Amino acid sequence: MSSTTTSRSAIVRYVASRLGQALIVLWAAYTVSFIVLYALPSDPVALLAGGDATDVTPEQLADLKAQYGLDQPLVVQYLLRLGGVLTGDFGSSIATGRPVAQVIGEAVPPTLQLAGLGFLIAVATGAGLAVLATYVRSRTLSTFLLGLPPLGVAIPSFWFGLMLIQWFSFQLPLFPAMGDKSLASLVLPAITLALPTGAMIAQLLSKSLATSLGEPYIDTARAKGADRRRVHLRHALRNAALPAITMTGLIIGQLLSGTVVTETVFSRPGIGRVTASAVQQQDIPVVQGIVLFAAAAFVLANLAVDLVYPLLDPRIQLTAAPRRRRRASAGSPAATASEGAEPASPDIDAVLEAAR
Amino acid sequence: MSETTALLPDSAQHPADGFGATSADRFADAVAERASRSGSRTPWPRALGWLARRPAAALSLLWLLVVIVAALWPGILAPGDPLAGVPAENLQGPSAAHWFGTDQIGRDLYTRVVHGTSLTISAASIAVAVGLVAGSALGLLSGFAGGRTDAVIMRAADVLLAIPGLLLSLAIITALGFGTVNVAIAVGIASVASVSRIMRAEVIKVRSSAYIEAARASGNGWLRVLVRHVLPNSTGPVIVLGVLEFGGAILAVSALSFLGYGAPAPAPEWGALVSGGRDFLRGAWWLTTLPGLTIALTVLAANRLARGLDSEGTGR
Repeated sequence: MSSTTTSRSAIVRYVASRLGQALIVLWAAYTVSFIVLYALPSDPVALLAGGDATDVTPEQLADLKAQYGLDQPLVVQYLLRLGGVLTGDFGSSIATGRPVAQVIGEAVPPTLQLAGLGFLIAVATGAGLAVLATYVRSRTLSTFLLGLPPLGVAIPSFWFGLMLIQWFSFQLPLFPAMGDKSLASLVLPAITLALPTGAMIAQLLSKSLATSLGEPYIDTARAKGADRRRVHLRHALRNAALPAITMTGLIIGQLLSGTVVTETVFSRPGIGRVTASAVQQQDIPVVQGIVLFAAAAFVLANLAVDLVYPLLDPRIQLTAAPRRRRRASAGSPAATASEGAEPASPDIDAVLEAAR
Repeated sequence: MSETTALLPDSAQHPADGFGATSADRFADAVAERASRSGSRTPWPRALGWLARRPAAALSLLWLLVVIVAALWPGILAPGDPLAGVPAENLQGPSAAHWFGTDQIGRDLYTRVVHGTSLTISAASIAVAVGLVAGSALGLLSGFAGGRTDAVIMRAADVLLAIPGLLLSLAIITALGFGTVNVAIAVGIASVASVSRIMRAEVIKVRSSAYIEAARASGNGWLRVLVRHVLPNSTGPVIVLGVLEFGGAILAVSALSFLGYGAPAPAPEWGALVSGGRDFLRGAWWLTTLPGLTIALTVLAANRLARGLDSEGTGR
């Protein structure tokens, strides 16, 4: 059965089930962050008041706790905060008193620029490297190229960023070392952010390309007279790229968490800097807001992939019911391949393994 | 075809596991498989030969041994005091007297890197231990119990995977407070989900192999099969996973100590050393470059060794 015979109601059910799963993952992420941040022993209010040795009376401390709702039983806190989150109220920062939604909202635009450019660089260099490594005829060159991604995975990105500053801001004054005013100031941070992600994409894609090139349809294409370039780009890459697309959620999450280090190294404003200072000040509501923001970005990316994937891969047949032991967040659409074809979407396990 | 065999195309599909095979075939195959797994009785010459054929893995192992010596007995490699500086010799470049140069208050950077090894390596080891023990226990339970238990554990793992590892670590540090041990625990917990997934896949692979079926068929209970057959045959992959996680843990731990959540100031944690050199980036390149290079080489060595061991294990 092909997707052309899929009825309209099947599509509606497919979309609805994906949306439902996305909401469940978000709720669970809220619960996990609540357990970590509120159930573990910590006393942010005492910290705010100045640690153990201060002139703050126990009564004032209790007042402060009551103000942030920290004096309530955990279950009550959980429900109150969940209710707040559902109505768009993420609480307010303990350090500054400003609403968390506002703090995060202001930090999003600069991070979006950085992560956007980082994403482009990561995809372009990662995919380019993978294709080039399998395309070149020279074995030495191919081995060399395939040796680069493991290097990129092993290099600490905070150190890589500092090296870039040293070489391209101080030795050769090409780009500014910090600031966020010009496009030039975005280049070095974006490269730093893209390093681990690009290396991960290159590793996954080169593996997947090698598998594709061993498939019978490649022999068919060659037998029909397709030249090397056509075989690689039109036949192998198009099939190998499909599993890589399911990594989008993972990539977004990695870029978002990478901004903590990158924005610190380059002294840029944004989500990463907000995270770093919130952790420094044990500002629990802000940290939880950022965890939820990251989980939402991950879930949205996976949702988008789930919705687009059937359009890209005609072998996918939409099924609303989750496959047995299906992974809600795996980013793999509930794929039932037509007879004879391999299931096209990779497992999260395979992606995780390739991502190392 | 089940999901499990689909993601393990090269190793999981033994022809004799097919439904067409008779039980006698399967038993013979199981015996052969068990015998081939026991391997040579003298492991040392074999290991040395293996290393001789893989110079990259041998170099990685050598580097890791140096790192381990530095972590356990830093005095052998650098007899000086990592905290004592000679202000008159501050900010000197690498030389015969100071291999890695000196910092702003005249402390020898090489001595500091060597003495910082134990902090970073022990934090990474704690992280791997936490992640590996909790992750493989959950993965083992999930893969072995199946059904509802499996579904619940794997859903929980999926939720944890929806939160980027570094952010999860940061949330845990926010709650626990700063310090090397807290950083280590946070990094360990953040890796539990992926370890449990990998372990589960491994258990399902081992569980469906012919010798397990043979052991079951000979009348052994599940617990005995688990302890006597599944566990010994899973140690190899677990060791590989441990080495691989170790590289990642060093990266994560040093990133968190770079951000300032590790041990407080004078402690020479690797990430903190890089961070300390930031202010002198223009004048004293060695203060950031050399500690960072040490981190990168150690992570690279761990990953390379894990890859070598992995290719040995799966015959790729």
